[in-house]
Parts: sequence; structure tokens; C-alpha cells
Amino acid sequence: MDTFGLLAEGLVAALQWQNLLYALVGVTLGTAVGVLPGIGPALTVALLLPVTYRLDPAGSLIMFAGIYYGGMYGGSTTSILLNTPGESASIVTALEGNKMARKGRGGPALATAAIGSFVAGLIATLALAFVAPWVVKFALAFGPAEYFALMVLAFVTVSAAFGDSALRGLTALFIGLGLGIIGIDLQTGQARLSFGIPDLLDGIEVTTLAVALFAIGETLKIAADRNLVKEEVLAVKGSVWMTREDWKRSWIPWLRGTAIGFPIGAMPAGGADVSSFLSYSAEKTFAKRPEEFGHGAIEGVAGPEAANNASAAGTLVPLLTLGLPTTATAAIMLAGFQQFGLQPGPLLFTNNASLVWALIASLLVANFMLIVLNLPLIGLWVKLLTIPRPWLYGGILVFATLGTLGANGAMSGHLGPITFSFELLLLLAFGILGYLLRRFGYPIAPVVVGLILGPMAEQQLRRALSISQGDFAILFHSPIAITLYVVAAAAVLVPLYFRLRGKGDMLSQMASDED
Amino acid sequence: MTSGNPNLSRRPDGAALVIAAILALIAAVIFWQMSQMRVPPIQARVGPTVFPYIIAAGLLALSVGMVVSAFRRGFPERDDDNYIPIAWVIGGLVAQLLTIGWAGFSVGTGLLFAFTAMAFGRGPLWKTIPIGIVFAFIVWFMFAKGLQLSLPMGPLERLIP
Repeated sequence: MDTFGLLAEGLVAALQWQNLLYALVGVTLGTAVGVLPGIGPALTVALLLPVTYRLDPAGSLIMFAGIYYGGMYGGSTTSILLNTPGESASIVTALEGNKMARKGRGGPALATAAIGSFVAGLIATLALAFVAPWVVKFALAFGPAEYFALMVLAFVTVSAAFGDSALRGLTALFIGLGLGIIGIDLQTGQARLSFGIPDLLDGIEVTTLAVALFAIGETLKIAADRNLVKEEVLAVKGSVWMTREDWKRSWIPWLRGTAIGFPIGAMPAGGADVSSFLSYSAEKTFAKRPEEFGHGAIEGVAGPEAANNASAAGTLVPLLTLGLPTTATAAIMLAGFQQFGLQPGPLLFTNNASLVWALIASLLVANFMLIVLNLPLIGLWVKLLTIPRPWLYGGILVFATLGTLGANGAMSGHLGPITFSFELLLLLAFGILGYLLRRFGYPIAPVVVGLILGPMAEQQLRRALSISQGDFAILFHSPIAITLYVVAAAAVLVPLYFRLRGKGDMLSQMASDED
Repeated sequence: MTSGNPNLSRRPDGAALVIAAILALIAAVIFWQMSQMRVPPIQARVGPTVFPYIIAAGLLALSVGMVVSAFRRGFPERDDDNYIPIAWVIGGLVAQLLTIGWAGFSVGTGLLFAFTAMAFGRGPLWKTIPIGIVFAFIVWFMFAKGLQLSLPMGPLERLIP
């Protein structure tokens, strides 16, 4: 069957009332967490995983995808009205969007962000539908050696290609990989690094790690900030609607943002924040009135917002077709698939075709829901921004521990007469780790991706090595694998070169200043 | 033109050296644990120890990189963090950990809620702890009764049949 037929079938499934309900719950929650500073889509999906054990797999996955898309929409509201990004991909939106709101043009800023997200989400989801089958065809030719190379590439792009230090990115990745070793080795049944603790035999739960790093780590970091001032929420004044001039200035940036965001999301090349930064600088370069940038240029909101939604859709390409997560949210969605005994990859498209296409089609539906939620109902979301911080973070930690206990509530630890939950102890330990990572400028996402992708990479490596009877040369036997390694090497070396050059420029600047 | 490297004259970054030491320690633990494992000779080359050795070697290399970075002061500027609120949040998590097993979800989590609110400057505890317990009890009721999540019960939760 061709893509149109499959997509049409998916739409029929997506329009069933249960699935519509799951999508609605997902986008509503997603928008809410996108709006609230301090929690993002990755954390929300992680918290919901234990709750959805008993629910329908297709419905739960539709809900998770809705949260992902909704988070991308909601983040812009916070950036524009509060100047504090709701999630990392919206940092750029704050640059121009908040300036527009200060000038009393908050309405059009929100509108161009929402409509841009809609346009980008629609185009990128269709692109996902048409690119995915093609990638699947390609991926069916992959053997263990190629998969291992692909995972090495993903490791490198997630940790080293972007961000300000390849060294710290790789360190974060290796911490995740190290945590991934803990537990029983599935092929031989031997325990590794479990130190005789029975709770560690099953390994570290991705959700526990993610909830700890994102919820507890972030709460600790924000609580410790001395310079935290109560930010003022700007009221939305005037019309929400855009003028003819606004439309004229927005539509090209929307399309350009989509064109930048989708490939970046799809190509394991970093998350939504990268694409929104690239889109911002592109808009600045192409702008007819570059002098407006920094003072509330609508192009600077339209482009990046389109880009971050398009890249969210793009991220689903490697996730669904190869089982390769390239962002923290995608990593946790992968854990969600695994919870239902599903393994994303080329086989998912043949074995669970109806589920995959219902998921893709429901993304289109979610997009329509989101534009309704985000434009006429914007006032409702703005109210969320006025929750006082003590209650907000108190509530976040309540739900963080609730999710962890829901996943594993066994009171297996003992301290004298007191029994305690080992999972909560892990949550506390990883929470402190999350704070330290933030304090010393280490990225968080590579730790989560390393934990979930590490064991998968090990499996492929051992499969490849047992085919060759231990000869490591098999890893470099196919042209596909070699190409992937070359791209991976380039992903480390090219940014390194740019960083060195940037530093070189700075050094020469200093020298000339002294003259 | 400047002569000499001004970066070398400054003291190395102590925290970065500590991080480097921790990474090296983790690598050493992995090496030690893997050397203790009894692997059948058939699996010596592709067995369960291969991947951990690669990770440990990587951690060791990164640890060396951290030392270099520490001497070059390659770390970003650190904020002057206030540790008192951190102690409140961690205290809340510890309080929850130690009480939840016998006092139940609501009491343990209520303490966590109140301690976290305290970290963000909202007190006093005698007001916020009851608020937290009521809030946690409502959450418990929704998730334990509504979604059949198994959450620890205490005297308070047993009041509801």
C-alpha cells in the first residue's frame, strides 16, 4: 500500500473517540508543561509512563506524542510573556517575542508563534509520513555492524556536536553509558556492577533517571539561584490577531524555519534548540529590516518557533524507523514503546503498521487541537504563569516522587526498623547528580540517551562480534558503516575546529587591543 | 603580541580536578568489577565484559581530559549558589524517604511539599505541612483509587476503605 493509503487508514484510527481523547489529554498536558517554567516534555512523559502501564499502547503513545508537540507550542507563551523560556528550545523566542510583548504586541507574537508552529507541525508531520517508509526500506539492509555505527553516530551528535564543550558532552554521555551497564547481562545472565544489591539487578530505570535529572536537578538549581527575582507576567494587550503586514512578514520565516528544523531533527543532529538558533540567525541574515532585530522583529519569533516544531516531528523519523532517540524526550518515548513490548525500528512498520500510522496521523490531529488550545484559549495558559514558585516546585516534586513510586513502590531498603523505597533513594542520588551536572555546565540529555541507547549499542556490538568470532574488523567492513563513522568523526572535529578558530579569533583580538 | 601563557599562571580549577578524580574512580571500579567476573573462555572476546571495558577506558580518557581542562580553566563561570535552599529540598526528600514506609504516602509527601515550599521562601512549616498533607492525600486518592497505582499506605490512607 502506498503512503497515502496507509496515512488515510491511520487517520481513521486516529479519529476514533478514544484516540481523540488521548490526543486531547496529551496536547493539553503538553501545553501546560510547556508553559510552566522548570518542567518540559521529557519530564512529563517520564512521569506519565508508570501511570499508563495498564492503558492501551496506541493511545498512550498518541498521548506522549501529543505532549511532545504541545510542549513545543506552550514553551513560546512563557518566552513571550515572561522572558523565561518554558523549555530550552524557546530561548531564542524570548529574544524577540518578549520585546514585542513589551511594546504591546504580545498578541501578534503569540499568534505568529502558534500559527508558525501549526504550519511547521503540519508540513513536518507529512514529511515524516513520506520520509519514514523510505528510511525503513534503507534500514532493512542494516546488520548489527551498521546499527552499531549508527548508534556511535547518535552518541556523538547528541553529546559532542553542539553545546559549548565536546569534553563535557562526552563525559555526560559516558556517565549514562556507565549507568546502562548496571544489572543482569541479558545474554549470559550474569550480574554486572550490582554490588550484591538485589534492586540493581534489573538495571536503572530510564524514568527514574530522567525524573531525577530533570525535576529534582532543576528544582535544586533554581532554588539555589540567589538572583532569582519575581518576573512580571506581561498582559496580552490589544488584538491577538496579526495584521496583514504581520502575515506578510511571517509566512516566509515559517517555511524557512520548517525547512531548517525538520532535517536537523531527522538527521540525529541535535535537538530543537539547535534548529531554533539556526533559524534565528537565518532570519537575521535574510531580514529586510535587520535593524529591528533585538527590538521585537516578528520574523525572529516566526522562524524559530516553526523550526522547533518541525524538528520535534523530525526527531520521530529516527525514533520510529531506526529506534534511535536523539533527544531526551525521544529517549523516554522509546522507553514508553519498550514498556509495551514494542521495539521501534524497521520491523515496527511491518509488524505494527496500524499502530505506527495511527500515531503519525494523530500527530496531524494533535496539531489542529493545539492551534485551538493556543490561540482562543491563551488567557487560560497565561494564568498558569501566576502560580507562586513555592507551590509550583513543591507540586513538581510531589508528582516526581509519585511517578517513581508508581513505577516501583517496593519498600525494599532497610535502615534499622525503618523500611524505605530504594527507588526513591536512587531518585535522590540522581537528583543531586542532576544539580551537579547543571552547576558545572554539563548537558543533561546525553546521560539519558546514554542510559537507554548504551545497552542497545552493546547488544549490536556483541552480535556483530559473534558473527565475526571476535574480530573487530567486522565493524568497518561495510561502506555504510564506514560512512557513518566518517560522519561521526566530522561531527566531533568540525565543531572542534570552529571552537578553536573562535578562540583563535579572540586571542588575536586581545593582542590587537594591547597594541 | 603577548609573551607566555597567562592561563598557566592561575591556579587550576579545584572542582574540575575533583570531577576528574571521580571519573577515574568510576573507571577503576568498572575495571575491578569486570576483572572479578568469571567469563567462560568462549565468551572471552565477545562476552559481557567487553563493552564495560570500553566504557571504563572512555571514562579514564575523559578524566585525563578534565585534568587538562582544569589547568586551562576551561570551565564556564559558576554561579554563586545558595546552599540553604538546597539543604531544604534534599531534607524534604530525605524526610519523605524515611517516613513514607510507615506513615504513608500523604504524610511523607506532605513533608516533602512543605520543605520544598520552604526552600522557595514560603513558610512557616506548621502551616505548610498540613497543606502539603492534604494536597498529597488528594493526589494519592486520584492516583491510587482512580488509576490503581500502588502507592504506600499509612494510617491516613487506611481510613478510606
